Amino acid sequence: MGVNNKELVFNISREEFVDLKTYRERGGYTALQKALRQPPESSIQELKSAGLRGRGGAAFPTAVKIEMVRNNGETGRYVICNADEGEPGTFKDRFIMTHLPFQVIEGITLAAYLAGAENGYIYVRHEYPEVQRILRESIKEAEEAGLLGEDILGSGIRLKLEIFSGAGSYLCGEETALLSSIEGRKGRPRVKPPYPTQSGLWNKPTLINNVETLANIPKIIEKGSGWYRSIGTADSTGTKLISLSGDVVNRGLIEVPFGITFADIIEEYGLGAKPGRTVKAVNIGGASGVLVPGFMLETPLEYTACAKAGITIGSGAIFVLDDTRPILPNVHNRVKFFLHESCGKCTPCREGLRQANVILSKLLSGMATESDVVLLERYTRAIQEASFCGLGQAAGNSLKSSLEYFHEEYLAACGQECRDKEETA
Amino acid sequence: MLAMPIMMGMDIFMGTAEIRFIIKQLGGRNAPLLQVLLAVQDAAPQRYLSEEAVNEIARLLEISRCRVYSTASFYSEISLEPRGIHLIRVCTNAPCENAGKQEIQEAIERELGITVGQTTTDGLFTLESVNCLGACFMSPAIKVDDTLYGNLTTESVVSVLDSFRKEQCHGCK
Repeated sequence: MGVNNKELVFNISREEFVDLKTYRERGGYTALQKALRQPPESSIQELKSAGLRGRGGAAFPTAVKIEMVRNNGETGRYVICNADEGEPGTFKDRFIMTHLPFQVIEGITLAAYLAGAENGYIYVRHEYPEVQRILRESIKEAEEAGLLGEDILGSGIRLKLEIFSGAGSYLCGEETALLSSIEGRKGRPRVKPPYPTQSGLWNKPTLINNVETLANIPKIIEKGSGWYRSIGTADSTGTKLISLSGDVVNRGLIEVPFGITFADIIEEYGLGAKPGRTVKAVNIGGASGVLVPGFMLETPLEYTACAKAGITIGSGAIFVLDDTRPILPNVHNRVKFFLHESCGKCTPCREGLRQANVILSKLLSGMATESDVVLLERYTRAIQEASFCGLGQAAGNSLKSSLEYFHEEYLAACGQECRDKEETA
Repeated sequence: MLAMPIMMGMDIFMGTAEIRFIIKQLGGRNAPLLQVLLAVQDAAPQRYLSEEAVNEIARLLEISRCRVYSTASFYSEISLEPRGIHLIRVCTNAPCENAGKQEIQEAIERELGITVGQTTTDGLFTLESVNCLGACFMSPAIKVDDTLYGNLTTESVVSVLDSFRKEQCHGCK
């Protein structure tokens, strides 16, 4: 249970696996029954009123996406659950799928029905073999119970749902790269438009949503948009799963209503920094998110407020660094990560990250000069502004924010010898 | 290139029949390539895609070898080189790095006498690095085959390795 014991969307309990029987006892699959009885438009309207937005990072209104696929005249549509959770610092989807697999499956079934799709995939990363196993078993169980497959709940509606395993590419979490991956090619992004809703998997209209987003749908249909809007704020409704890690007393997964401040999340759930230490910086939104100093943590977890403050909510990962941690090695870690995951398609991302890596290595070995820091700022801009897809654009986030908020650490890392040389030059 | 000892009594290359069977199970000529690659790799004795396997997959799916190689070489989870019986993956991302990943990795390297990317001479372990295992709540974390190990220390990681050595030695005198 979450804040004040109010019922939330996931009501997570760390130890519990919710099997089909328990899930149904708690109201699971009443949403699907309800949706099958009423016209699809009513259910879509409910999601729209609820204000549900994508939880994978982009925060696109879910109902609008469903409608776009639904209103596409082309048949043979697909629904894809994006479970390629690879964002460093994020473990929420792993948790939902291992503990509440049927809430995910019901969400996919609802989304597929509303979008008019009869075939679906759950794209799960290869690093999660136990998740793949649980989902395979759960799909089979749902099929046997008449909740999936041919003629769902006697309605004549069908959905063939399959697991598709990724193979260790972070970029495949990007929706068009994911499509290329299912089609058997390198997981490289495609030009948008056309968007997947227009021309997705095998050029068919495709609805792609994150695990957390889809798992929200049954609760909204079951309890109504009014209930959903009562959690969170007017700007950002419902709850967000937060993967809390790093230098806090209590690490783990938590569900919080939107509107809570980052400081409260760290204090109330993480029980603050370790004894005798203070929070120095926080990385919000995973490796692709920003690195912000402690004073910015009073910002509420809310889409508009965060956008204004330059904070990316992203996947909802919060990684805390205390006052014993230098910033540069952490930024370097992220740059190396993106350099490894860059698909190499576009120059700003591929070469820009390579150069950023060189400069950071120089800084960390005391061989850099202040002109290197200036150069790093220029590369960061190029990476962010000229990259082809979201990977490159996001890769610059931690660079840019750390250059802004922790500039003195970059300057301090410039070797004294080099600084002297520069002054005499 | 990695030198791999030939293990006694173990068939290094998969037979055509086995690959054909996997592809048939996954839908025949239209089987999804990435799933075929993963399944063939999983079934291969040294858990990698040999050149012979790549050629065979291309022939059976009626696509070019170049296409198969292009996809196979893109993904981190697919190996084109032979690997040991147990695959150790050390998570390299910031939450694990801050929690002491370097010390854990060095302890493994010391214990096994290999560095990341190498296989022990007895063919028992291959050490690889991996991007985020989604186990940041128990960092530093590693994965051995399909099992996660978290909150590791330089001592506990050695006992994890020992448990795999013992398992392998089960029944030996």
